[in-house]
Amino acid sequence: MTAPEANTAPSDVQREAPAAAPPAQRELGGGFMLICQIVLGVALLLAWQGASGRLVDSFFISSPIDVGERLFGWIVDGSLFLHIWATVYATMMGFIVGSVVGVVLGIWLGVSPFASRLLNPYLNALNALPKVALAPLFVLWFGLGIESKIALAAVLVLFLVFLNTYAGVREVDQDLIDGARLMRASRTQVITKVIIPSAMSWMFAGLKISVPYALIGAVLGEMIAANRGLGYLVQFSGSQFDTAGVFAVLIVIALLAVGLNYLVEIVQYRMQRWRIVGR
Amino acid sequence: MIDLRHVSKTFRKQAELVDAVRDINLTIERREIVAIIGPSGCGKSTLLNMIAGLYAPTKGAIVYKGVPVSDVNTDVGYMTQKDNLLPWRTVRDNIAFPLELAGISKAERAARADQVIKHVGLDGFEHRYPHELSGGMRKRACLARMMLYGSETALLDEPFAALDAQLKLAMHDLLLKLAAETGQTVVLVTHDLMEAVTLADRVLVCTRRPATVALEQKIDLKRPRDVLNVRFTKEFKDLYDSLWERLRVEYHEERV
Repeated sequence: MTAPEANTAPSDVQREAPAAAPPAQRELGGGFMLICQIVLGVALLLAWQGASGRLVDSFFISSPIDVGERLFGWIVDGSLFLHIWATVYATMMGFIVGSVVGVVLGIWLGVSPFASRLLNPYLNALNALPKVALAPLFVLWFGLGIESKIALAAVLVLFLVFLNTYAGVREVDQDLIDGARLMRASRTQVITKVIIPSAMSWMFAGLKISVPYALIGAVLGEMIAANRGLGYLVQFSGSQFDTAGVFAVLIVIALLAVGLNYLVEIVQYRMQRWRIVGR
Repeated sequence: MIDLRHVSKTFRKQAELVDAVRDINLTIERREIVAIIGPSGCGKSTLLNMIAGLYAPTKGAIVYKGVPVSDVNTDVGYMTQKDNLLPWRTVRDNIAFPLELAGISKAERAARADQVIKHVGLDGFEHRYPHELSGGMRKRACLARMMLYGSETALLDEPFAALDAQLKLAMHDLLLKLAAETGQTVVLVTHDLMEAVTLADRVLVCTRRPATVALEQKIDLKRPRDVLNVRFTKEFKDLYDSLWERLRVEYHEERV
């Protein structure tokens, strides 16, 4: 799943100029398309509102007005922000922990043929395991608090970042390494001055694709056992047969995911400008 | 200074063994410029890789200044057909790379790099990245880096193969000038006979794979050589023709 994305990534980050224009405005008639998109959205909301209670039992699909009321109620009493913060915090911490461990592990195994061959079957088994199945274990280890959500998010991130970093390190041109060694580079210098910069675009590709997975890990962790967070809230609303609540949380999660993706794009754009990921 | 003693190299290619180099004996003197020429894919590059210590001979030994080469040979500068510039570094940072590895201060690095940059005619391009340079400029950057590293031996593996004729001449001129200034020993692998005779003190003709030395020819054209005009002299033509005769046999055998 990660391999094709990782393959295209280095060429993605190479491009410089086209990234300057935000994607939405790149096509001609961006303004017209935006209007069409808004019209479609309003039409869907109207259809939803119209169908609710008439065509379909509102128990199943609620209605935009009910969902809006629920959201408004949570915003007014402030409880929504508590849950959002819990999820965002778990996502961020999980992302940070997972990416640090993934990068370190990827570099280490990438430069150590012995370790990589030794650990290969175990890493394959761990990678094949649906990481979500580890959630009960993390609850046992880290309790019901935020730590178990961070752990689940971190594990999802870790493998993606690790695989990309590892692939990037293995991709490093052997001639560049030989060239540096012929110029009296120490092993540490080869790693810091040749291997890491060369694998940088792969690492960033891994980091980029793992951001949504951090959110998935945090939300899933909250759904399994928690007393706060958006995952908890969607789970709780569902168990109360509160369809409007479920939809309200889904909207918030979707907005959060879009926001995170936007953040990643901004960071990537900056990286290209600073030529950190240049080739 | 460089002694190859009964050097053979065999590669394992899946099940079969491929002899790349067989029983080469060769002594290269200090400050000598030796050109090794032969049909492409005959194991010439393998020879350079072994002198650089990147891999060990299967049989025999390579002795560099009296010491057998057993690990990466850091006394040589190695310039391959592919320029091994680091793509994320500017020209100046690439050229100063060996100084950076040696732990020399940033200011001194910049000063010394700028000096050689001027010397190879790359001034004005210090802050460009390798992909923004032409092929000839990249070669010059490689030469400058090798100068700054200050290796006593330069191994050149078809360094100018991809350049057009005019550029090649300019690079030949630069190379001879630098070699004379620094007193470098140069081992040049090429399949361009004109280049070999123009630059070298001695030309070795290799057989097709497994490579072994078929013929050795001293090139006693006087130095400093005018790389543009030396090829029109009678001595040059005689040397060129006799070498070409031998090469023709090698290429002919290859085709059959």
